[in-house]
Amino acid sequence: MSLPDEVQSWIGQVRYEEATEFPVERGYVYTTCASVENGNPLFWDDDLASELTNGPIASPTMISVWFRPHLWAPGRTKQAQPLQVHFDLKETLDLPEAIMTENEIIFYEPVRPGDRLVTRQILHSVSEPKTTKLGTGRFWVIEVQYRNQAEELVAKEMYTGYGYKRAA
Amino acid sequence: MATDRTADQVQAGQKLEPLTYDVTATTVVLGALASRDWRPMHHDRDFAINRNGVRDIFMNTPNLAAWFERYITDWSGPRGRLGRMKFRMKDSIFPGDRMVFNGSVEKVETDDVGCAWAVLNVDVSVGDRMCTSCAVRIALPHDVDDNPWARKGDRWKP
Repeated sequence: MSLPDEVQSWIGQVRYEEATEFPVERGYVYTTCASVENGNPLFWDDDLASELTNGPIASPTMISVWFRPHLWAPGRTKQAQPLQVHFDLKETLDLPEAIMTENEIIFYEPVRPGDRLVTRQILHSVSEPKTTKLGTGRFWVIEVQYRNQAEELVAKEMYTGYGYKRAA
Repeated sequence: MATDRTADQVQAGQKLEPLTYDVTATTVVLGALASRDWRPMHHDRDFAINRNGVRDIFMNTPNLAAWFERYITDWSGPRGRLGRMKFRMKDSIFPGDRMVFNGSVEKVETDDVGCAWAVLNVDVSVGDRMCTSCAVRIALPHDVDDNPWARKGDRWKP
């Protein structure tokens, strides 16, 4: 089954270039470390962070945390979605359920408290229809790039998603 | 937390000490909210069962990444600097599960700008169910005076 022209036109295009809704902050770093009992002193000991990383940094795997919108904000009439391309694909391809099957993160400059990150999303590919134990749908690969206020690349992520309709 | 592990202390085939953790609903919900993931399958059991067709709420991918980071840097020490992580999600982790992280060193190498790297294969399982695997590339100090975090620009090739 061929892809709709609209979806085909998204492949390779930069979409949803946007700034994160708030600067990177340490409260989330502490909460994340607490959630996984991460005692790495780099995140708890400012003297060590000063010595090793020239000041406090965020836990690297938190990169997508800064990209997720508030659940609600004044004046917002529609719930903002993280990884909007993923949700656009679900809607346009009429695939109501979706999961992520692979995720690759490449880390560049450390993210620091106070950073304001800019993200952009690029759809790389959409598969032919495939049937799995979950149902019938398509796999897709989305790249997300993250840069800081100095336009330094801080990370790239590659997501492989599977949108599907559950088997009846 | 281990002290800093230097590249000359690491060889292919070495095993990382396993990490075992009993997952509760709080583990899942705290992890989802810490990662700003408000989607209901990570806090609403009815939604998870009736919409996703699974048996309970389940751990979200960003928090699982944080668990892997903790497991790996417990091994490396704070000078260990993650370069790349690739996850393959095969099955979910639910409240009541006892998750076990395991890992091994695939190889140790030095790149063309002199940075030492360990390539690791780690995974998390519940019983005989392997839930997520993760291929990791992490920079390690050559010696006690080396600091991978000091690398920038062309001297950092993750």
